[in-house]
Amino acid sequence: MADFSLFSRRFDVKRVPGFASVALGVFVMLYMPVILLVVYSFNKGTNLAFWEGFSLRWYVQAYHNEAVQEAAFRSLYLALIAATLATTAATMAALATTRTKKFRGQMLIYTLINQPLMVPEIVTAVALLIFFAMIKVATGHTGMIYLIVAHTAFCIPFAYLPIRARLESMDLTLETAAADLYASPWMTFRRVTLPLMWPGIVAGLMLAFVVSLDDVVITEFVKSAGQETLPTFMLGQLRRVVTPEVNAISTVLMAVSVIFVAMFFVLTGRKN
Amino acid sequence: MIEIRNITKVFGAGEHAVTALQEINVNIAENEFFTLLGPSGCGKTTLLRLIAGFEHPSTGSMLLAGEDISLLPPNKRPVNTVFQNYALFPHMTVAGNIAFGLEMLGRPKAEVAETVDRMLRLVRMEELKNRQTSEISGGQQQRVALARALAPQPKVLLLDEPLSALDLKLRKEMQIELKRLQSETGITFVFVTHDQEEALTMSDRIAVMNAGRIHQIGSPRQIYDHPENRFVANFIGDSNFLNAKLGNIKDDQAELEFAAGRKVTVPLHRADLSDGEVSVLIRPEHVSIAEPTGNSHELTGVIENIVYFGTDTHYHLKLASGEAFMARLQNNPSEAEKRAAGDKVAVLMDAKAIQILRD
Ligand SMILES: Nc1ncnc2c1ncn2[C@@H]1O[C@H](COP(=O)(O)OP(=O)(O)O)[C@@H](O)[C@H]1O
Ligand SMILES: [Mg+2]
Repeated sequence: MADFSLFSRRFDVKRVPGFASVALGVFVMLYMPVILLVVYSFNKGTNLAFWEGFSLRWYVQAYHNEAVQEAAFRSLYLALIAATLATTAATMAALATTRTKKFRGQMLIYTLINQPLMVPEIVTAVALLIFFAMIKVATGHTGMIYLIVAHTAFCIPFAYLPIRARLESMDLTLETAAADLYASPWMTFRRVTLPLMWPGIVAGLMLAFVVSLDDVVITEFVKSAGQETLPTFMLGQLRRVVTPEVNAISTVLMAVSVIFVAMFFVLTGRKN
Repeated sequence: MIEIRNITKVFGAGEHAVTALQEINVNIAENEFFTLLGPSGCGKTTLLRLIAGFEHPSTGSMLLAGEDISLLPPNKRPVNTVFQNYALFPHMTVAGNIAFGLEMLGRPKAEVAETVDRMLRLVRMEELKNRQTSEISGGQQQRVALARALAPQPKVLLLDEPLSALDLKLRKEMQIELKRLQSETGITFVFVTHDQEEALTMSDRIAVMNAGRIHQIGSPRQIYDHPENRFVANFIGDSNFLNAKLGNIKDDQAELEFAAGRKVTVPLHRADLSDGEVSVLIRPEHVSIAEPTGNSHELTGVIENIVYFGTDTHYHLKLASGEAFMARLQNNPSEAEKRAAGDKVAVLMDAKAIQILRD
């Protein structure tokens, strides 16, 4: 049993005393509140902590609430536009950083592209608030363009990372082979590079979409009057009367996020 | 078909510069099976990439069918490559891969379909036409890579160690298969390998390379029987190198005196030799051993070690001069175990078995 002793000597964190209870505690802290939130979204009564029976009334009420409709619609279209723009920019950035010769300052470019991941969101939000305020005063324009620009900017790194990972795992000789078989650089891109990086692009798009959809801080600072998104609308609601309607909206928002993130993992986990 | 004129390739610049190829001159004939043979890192892949157009020469030029192609990009050269790792497109079927080159050349649909079917027959892969490339074995991927590269009917097919990833049995099969494909298609093959046996059995001509230079170009026989220098002799087959003194050069023969004793008149295969110290090659299978007769002209030695190999036996000798020598003798039952380590023996050989090297 010499082999066995070899294996058993490897460090196994699962055997550390108390590991199980810590893990359990973490899972409870993570999921218990969410589970409660979902459960009470189906509560018949108005109380957030007292179960009165099953009902879909809060979903129906949220569905008919014009403010919710408006905010939901704005959230979706903002996320769609911002994610599309961010993914386009990220695709180009990923191609430029993986498909060219190593160049001076490449590390700096990576850092700059990923900057939104490092600067605290509140700092970005305040900076954008001040910056856009100056533009708003100068131009008098207060449209959705500010939110679209802000969301696009902070979504780029989320779209960039999966696309770049995909490109890096791709065999460069495939593009060489296409050129060898008489494909022009453009046809090589269209017939080989693009189809192969496509799962990465879709994954990047989904991640960017969810990140934009869920954003509160930057949106709260950048939005003009009457530009509530679903998350900022909910934040506003919480300051007034809290009913399980917020639970219902949260549950739907979470369901959408979970679906998109799950698809993201399916796309990035699959090989080809 | 291909003329490579004085090509040098340097990667990088300044202190990081690597000279991958130096003064390469090769003419490859139409319909030839031409092999680049050399150890890993000697520049074989670089030379192939230059022909394909993936790299550009630092100096020198290259002609294909009389036309200077040095500056053409790869997609404009009538040359196709079978890559070492096959590089099949994973998002296309077997047929899609084979059709790719033809589609890029803008051939009509009917012609593409017809050629794909013909290629599939050529490499015996008809049944796997619609498979994904991830669903076929390594040997089958190899055939698809070949079919894909042959489909556009290139003037030259480049193959970079195409058989190195296959196991021995499959490799032997594919060696025969490649020869068949080459004679059936009439396309010039430039084949890269570091396996001397593969090079000897498959090639019309071989270029032996080392450290960015071509040491010798010739038929397998020429390369094996008359290697020009020590590197070529050593790289191909087993070799004994002995020191000797050359003198009395007359026309195509000369007198040779071994450091280990014995004088012999040898035929010369080259004109560039002069009197003096030389290095001499003797293949272990071109000699035999016998009881010494006491003649002072004999090359004698003591058996140090005997290794039995079934079909033959290797006798490791130490010659009177102190030089090591190996004789490989075929086994036959009557000679069984006649000799033992410590025996004193004479080495017998024909003068034709002696090759004088340039260095
Ligand atoms: N792109 C490159 N940049 C720098 N050096 C290279 C490059 N490609 C090849 N070399 C160098 O050139 C030499 C020959 O390489 P290669 O042609 O791949 O040899 P082989 O195929 O015979 O094993 C090696 O020393 C290798 O390190
Ligand atoms: Mg190589």
